[in-house]
Amino acid sequence: MEGDIAQMGQFIGAGLAAIGSGAAAIGVGHVAGNFLAGALRNPSAAGSQTATLFIGLAFAEALGIFSFLVALLLMFAVG
Amino acid sequence: MATEEHGEGGGLVFHPLDQFKISPLFGDGPIAWYTPTNVTLWMGIAVLAVIALFVLGTRGREIIPSRVQSVAEMMYGFIYKMVEDVTGHDGAKYFPYIFTLFVFILFTNYLGLLPMSFTPTSHIAVTAVLGFGVFIAVTLLGFYKNGAHFLGLFWMTDAPLILRPVIALIEVISYFVRPVSHSIRLAGNIMAGHAVIKVFAGFAVIAAIAPVSIAAIVAIYGLEVLVAGIQAYVFTILTCVYLKDALHPGH
Repeated sequence: MEGDIAQMGQFIGAGLAAIGSGAAAIGVGHVAGNFLAGALRNPSAAGSQTATLFIGLAFAEALGIFSFLVALLLMFAVG
Repeated sequence: MATEEHGEGGGLVFHPLDQFKISPLFGDGPIAWYTPTNVTLWMGIAVLAVIALFVLGTRGREIIPSRVQSVAEMMYGFIYKMVEDVTGHDGAKYFPYIFTLFVFILFTNYLGLLPMSFTPTSHIAVTAVLGFGVFIAVTLLGFYKNGAHFLGLFWMTDAPLILRPVIALIEVISYFVRPVSHSIRLAGNIMAGHAVIKVFAGFAVIAAIAPVSIAAIVAIYGLEVLVAGIQAYVFTILTCVYLKDALHPGH
């Protein structure tokens, strides 16, 4: 019985950690959308800023990957 | 719990994370640091592929490049321009290191997309070596080039004096999180993508949703081809950014 509750906690925790992935998705979409909005206003400057775009995407995405990792650890590495 | 089996139809039983299992190439004894494993094998194949492209492919040094030579030249030019754009002209000296990182990650990522292959970059152990290597190299280089001025990276002179200790604390924390996020980003992306493909492959056993699941595998595989290239690019460009911080800590 005790083990079952611990496992339930693991799965609930993993599910909660997955919320972080959704939040990171919002962040990534925000970065890409704002880049596109800016790029359409001034297309000539857009090409030089793609590196900045990818750095921003990477930073936003890393936190989502962290939460994904926490979910994976809870599912497979704990207990 | 981790041994839970998928596939209610009774066929195909596997776990989405089984593909990341490290196994010795010969026999199945315990794995020591010198044991040749599938990680060793696929890293070796990646290195051989890099050599084939860049050493054998450009051996002719023709004025009008052959197809292989022009691929190698395009990759070289792309990364060289990126290093020069991000780190400035004095960063171009460190181009060989950055280019090595790029081609190694790119080739391991793409070779890992072959069916039945293994992706070394899906293991945090592999990417942590790359990430901490960059971190240590860049930190030492920063102190070597700038001496104590390198600490100006943490002490923002254009912020109000009261805020500076707080900002310094945050900057120090973010500096030491860099190698962790640098390596986990690559490993996490690659591992997540491969695991998702396997999860959908697990659904393919159930006849009713098999067509949907196979279409999803194709779509995600396309996404993974994109991600493999972008993550190699992101790893390299972040290396450039860290290098720029080490060379010019003032701004």
